[in-house]
Amino acid sequence: MRVISQVGLWLERRLQLAAATRETAEHRVPRNTASWFYVFGSAALVVFMLQIATGILLALVYVPSAAEAWSSLQVLNHDIALGWFIRALHGWGSNFMVAIVLIHMVQVFLFGAYKFPRELTWIVGVFLLLMTLGMAFSGQVLRFDQDAYWGLGIGASIASRVPILGPATVRLMLGGPIIAGATLSRFFALHVFAIPGLLIVLVGLHLLMVLKLGINEWPMPGRIVKRATYTADYEELVKKDGAPFVPYAVWKDIFFAAFILLAVAACAVYFGPFGPSGRPDPTIIQTAPRPDYFFLWLYALLSLLPPSLETPALLVGPVVVILGLILLPFLFGEGEKSWRRRPIAVLSILLVAVSLGTLTHLSGYTPWSPHMNAWSGDPVPERFLKGTTALERQGALVFQVKQCRNCHSLGELGGQRGPTLDSVAVRLTRDQLIRQVIQGGGNMPAYGKNLSPAETAALVAFLATLHPPGQLPARNWALEESQAPAVVPGR
Amino acid sequence: MPNEETLSRRGLLVKLGLLLNGLVAAALAVPVLRYVLSPVTRGRGNAFLQWVSLGRVSEFPEGETRLATFRNPNVMPADGETVATACWVRRIEGEKFQVFAINCAHLGCPVRWFQQSGLFMCPCHGGVYYSDGSRASGPPERGLFEYAYKVKDGLITIEAGEIPTPGTPTAALDQERPPCA
Repeated sequence: MRVISQVGLWLERRLQLAAATRETAEHRVPRNTASWFYVFGSAALVVFMLQIATGILLALVYVPSAAEAWSSLQVLNHDIALGWFIRALHGWGSNFMVAIVLIHMVQVFLFGAYKFPRELTWIVGVFLLLMTLGMAFSGQVLRFDQDAYWGLGIGASIASRVPILGPATVRLMLGGPIIAGATLSRFFALHVFAIPGLLIVLVGLHLLMVLKLGINEWPMPGRIVKRATYTADYEELVKKDGAPFVPYAVWKDIFFAAFILLAVAACAVYFGPFGPSGRPDPTIIQTAPRPDYFFLWLYALLSLLPPSLETPALLVGPVVVILGLILLPFLFGEGEKSWRRRPIAVLSILLVAVSLGTLTHLSGYTPWSPHMNAWSGDPVPERFLKGTTALERQGALVFQVKQCRNCHSLGELGGQRGPTLDSVAVRLTRDQLIRQVIQGGGNMPAYGKNLSPAETAALVAFLATLHPPGQLPARNWALEESQAPAVVPGR
Repeated sequence: MPNEETLSRRGLLVKLGLLLNGLVAAALAVPVLRYVLSPVTRGRGNAFLQWVSLGRVSEFPEGETRLATFRNPNVMPADGETVATACWVRRIEGEKFQVFAINCAHLGCPVRWFQQSGLFMCPCHGGVYYSDGSRASGPPERGLFEYAYKVKDGLITIEAGEIPTPGTPTAALDQERPPCA
């Protein structure tokens, strides 16, 4: 014991950190901030440290070369003891980090913590979010599999839409004219040196400001933030109803940190590492690339936006969102902090959450994409073929062979790009069916050049049988007026 | 004690020292910037593009569209398999061809050819093109990118070397002569 205390004294004589450390640890915080709502910031920091540690461990084996990156991940997954687990920890740590940073941001927003005098803390936080997303994307690139390769192609296509500077931006991003070795090397430099370095600096600044300005007090409805009086009010509050951060509030952070690390480890053990998917060989085109979880909403959005809106949305959208987040504390720097008195704030969060959730959900079954194998793989349900004529059956064959099924489902199987055709005969008359098939329209290609008259006749004959048993197919009453009965029977 | 308004000898030395560092930094910035921007400047004009062979014309039957692959003309040692590139070759008749980039004109995913319906379909966001490369439906704003081609001595060669994106110079060439719809 005496040796330890002597070593401690020797160090303290030289470093002189004890007083400052104690002062920092025991700085007074409002008692009501010792809450489970205030643990997300420290949890994000803990996961960030996990990412640094696991990242260094992965770098011991990973080879940042387009020729060998994919194989080195196979080595990590299969040949190195528990290499798969370190990869899984890093991959799941990434997902947890994005999630926790987002939750932290929502909590800070709803608790009005971005208001005076913590504007800069919020702005630094916005950049920390952007960098966390940058780490998530560049990390996916380092996996350098098919998804990474084509994901880079998508990134290049987006970058190329920048007016005038587009082509130069693409070459800068890819490190050359194509996605190749130089691309992986520069994403490695970004992921391992540039962004983490900046992250460490900004996390330091963010924490320093939390200490200097004090943690945001629990918002009370009616306690209004005013620039003139806030600082004095806060000091008064901390003096009257404050407690030292260590140990009064910190124990919750410590417990939550352990819980989060355990959750990351549990996911890593249970679900395992992410990929890599197929080799990054550009000549293998039987692939449907998908982004990682936190970019799925963007994938859905890019499919659903009208073509004319896409470039403006891609180029202007991010600028507007980021500017809005940066300007938020300047536009609403005073006033109510409590979410109970800020209905618009609560509704905005709900709107963003529902939109992102819906888009992410849609990307789970990609209704906008043709099902590439539906034409050869999905059977035509028996009930659509029962009692049909030879011509109609021939039409069902045309329907499959001409890949109509890739976009149109029958009996809930097939693509969802176009409408389901289970009851198309109720909606369209024969003439309308022929016109739609030949001329296309409403986002359907025209098949006029690719169907012989015999094939069209067969196809339309089949489509005309697609109506529920109790419902009559559509008919053109204008044409049939002469034969039509004056009163429809049964009505 | 020196007046705050007058400049002391040491104050001047500090300022001169800072100025000197500024000059050195500016001088160093030139090579650093040239290094960083080399992917942009190296390919000025169409310097990345070269003529590469796709094989014999006889490998492509008339009236059909086939997948062909070629090696990118600019190769670095660490590129590995990424230098291989695929493209769709449509032989209309005789020496009349259309060579389409594999990349969808929307966001660059690999499009697949469906011979039976005469359509190219993209698995990512649902872009569809006709057999001549023109846009059929979905999010793309234009038809498929086309490579310039030459037929000589029974070989078909294309001018390639840069990933086709909506902003690349090669794509702009295409737009001047839209595919015959």
